[in-house]
Amino acid sequence: MTGGHQTLALLLFSAFVAVTLGITTWVSRRRRGSAEEFYAGGRLFSPMENGFAIAGDYMSAASFLGVTGLIALYGYDGLLYVVGFLVAWLVVLFLVAELVRNCGRFTLADVVAARMSERPVRIAAGTSSVTVSVLYLVAQMVGAGSLVALLLGRTGGAARAWTVIVVGALMVIYVSLGGMRATTWIQIVKAVLLLSGTVVLTVLVLLRFHGDFDRLLLTAADRSGHGRAFLAPGLKYGGSWTARLDFISLGLALVLGTAGLPHILSRFYTVPTARAARRSAVWSIGLIGGFYLMTIVLGLGAAAVVGPDAVRDSNAAGNTAVPLLALDLGGGAGSTGGTVLFAVVAAVAFATILAVVAGLTLASSASVAHDLYASLRRRSGTPRGEVVVARFAALGIGVVAIALGLLARDLNVAYLVGLAFAVAASANLPVLLYSLFWRCFTTRGAVWAVYGGLIPALGLVLLSPVVSGSPDSLFPGVDFQYFPLQNPGIVSIPLGFVAGWLGTVTSAEVADEAKYAETEVRSLTGAGAA
Amino acid sequence: MQSSNDRARGSGDGPESSGGSQEEHGTPSHDAMYGDPWYDTLASGWGELDGAGMPASVVPSARGEQSGPSLRARDVYVEVQRSAAFQEVRSRYRRFVVPGVVTFLVWYVGYVVAATAAPGLMARPVAGAVNVGMLAGLGQFLTTFLLTWAYARHARLRRDRAALELRWDTQELTREARGGAS
Repeated sequence: MTGGHQTLALLLFSAFVAVTLGITTWVSRRRRGSAEEFYAGGRLFSPMENGFAIAGDYMSAASFLGVTGLIALYGYDGLLYVVGFLVAWLVVLFLVAELVRNCGRFTLADVVAARMSERPVRIAAGTSSVTVSVLYLVAQMVGAGSLVALLLGRTGGAARAWTVIVVGALMVIYVSLGGMRATTWIQIVKAVLLLSGTVVLTVLVLLRFHGDFDRLLLTAADRSGHGRAFLAPGLKYGGSWTARLDFISLGLALVLGTAGLPHILSRFYTVPTARAARRSAVWSIGLIGGFYLMTIVLGLGAAAVVGPDAVRDSNAAGNTAVPLLALDLGGGAGSTGGTVLFAVVAAVAFATILAVVAGLTLASSASVAHDLYASLRRRSGTPRGEVVVARFAALGIGVVAIALGLLARDLNVAYLVGLAFAVAASANLPVLLYSLFWRCFTTRGAVWAVYGGLIPALGLVLLSPVVSGSPDSLFPGVDFQYFPLQNPGIVSIPLGFVAGWLGTVTSAEVADEAKYAETEVRSLTGAGAA
Repeated sequence: MQSSNDRARGSGDGPESSGGSQEEHGTPSHDAMYGDPWYDTLASGWGELDGAGMPASVVPSARGEQSGPSLRARDVYVEVQRSAAFQEVRSRYRRFVVPGVVTFLVWYVGYVVAATAAPGLMARPVAGAVNVGMLAGLGQFLTTFLLTWAYARHARLRRDRAALELRWDTQELTREARGGAS
């Protein structure tokens, strides 16, 4: 990697930062500081704008770099990830998007707390939302650190640490000054950049193979060294039954987790009606589906053009497959085309991380201020004071994320994302679905559903090979590994549902018919929606 | 569809229909028909036909069944929940969503389990380098897009209109109940 890449990439990235900071100041110029404005951007985005913003929130660097790398290295098994990421959106569209838009105001806890005794439920749902967001946030910070090291060729620890700190500082500025409106515009800009970059690369890959997809597949299989096995499942997850079970667990977490991600749910509050929420979900499914179809081509292209060995040499996890592919497609190292394309891809990847990180920070600061702070000191809190708290919460979360990002910098990014999905599916999804659809659901059931999913999910991770007992784990020296799977989803998701049911049937409280009627009527008609 | 809008308007001609939104119901323009600033114009219009070539049937109004002006605000929702209009909207939603969710979850879990437990089946070649697994993966994309389209269409044609009328009726009832209590 020559200096040309780095300068150009830095230049493009600075341009993106300048544009986004411009958006933030322009938006905050006329802010009124209301909660509606800060958490939901005034609820006046159009479905198309919100669809792009949702896609921007969802298409993280883990997909753009991580999944394409997995496809380049393991062929078909990488494709399994992509399918899970997309199918998850049907859960969101069918069961969550419209109903949540109708029932809630700013956060997941709003939907649940409307039916229940507010305080315990809000604290539980707020805690799990913050946990999920911070886990996801750490994944993105770790990704940012390694990206800089890999793309700019500076593998020193100092460069990584500074990247994490700069990304953290930027996200705090975006969120605390611009709120949801600035964050949404940043997501839209990023989604457009990412999609255009992906389209260009996909077209170049297909041109290289004269539009012959079959030849692309055969070349990729040939160069992989696995032959036809590259195009069938089993290279990564085909070994022992534990590995296979692990993959099923991950698949469940992916498909059920999206509907519990706080930063995705909060996006539906930025549009005026449930119908607009539905249409933004449809837009985002189209965009995300198209994007993932293209990442398959890019991953196979990287395998066919660059070759898995070269990809693995650059980064063992495959995270640099797309930049390497861009370098090759542009004409190879040293050529102008290669340099430009490489720099563009690197800048797009940075932009991706920055935007996702801003969305996550906003969602978690909303949970801290609107759920945790508001229920811990309910009487004295005004909506205006709550927004001030949210701005400071963004700062606090920024600091926590920077610290954890620096600590966890050697953990695998895709794994951390999978974990965040598993926790979201175990702690947030059961309580959300029960409150929307189960007449008899009670306060105790809600609290148990949250903790009954959250605690097993986190506990099983602590006892898993990720933390101890294997050479790749966080603490390779000690061994307290009792749970064989890396992803806890297959156990903790059912536990969350069972705990919610158990808490409900054992509680003395009888569910309030009128409150359920209100939730049901509001969720399907939008009566009284904010 | 215009006639059913007239019907909705007619049913709103009671003593309670003094709200600003009710007056805007009367404007002939389709765009301003539902005088809610939040409610954007339908992309493809109200007048679309359902699959059978007939206009989607309209559900009865919830307001015909109200039990008197002394309804308490909190009982309004119970009242609406029990109304035939709401039951119809809810069953239309459930009749589509429940089979839909079961279908795609079974299809997805089946796909993941087949990929992990029966890689031999997935590796069976179909045409050229394309094998069963490739087709199944692309099939997941295809069914996702199809179900998205079907859901959006079903909601637009079978639920949106009735849900919007219920929304106005419910809000009108709530306002009355609040007014009566104070």
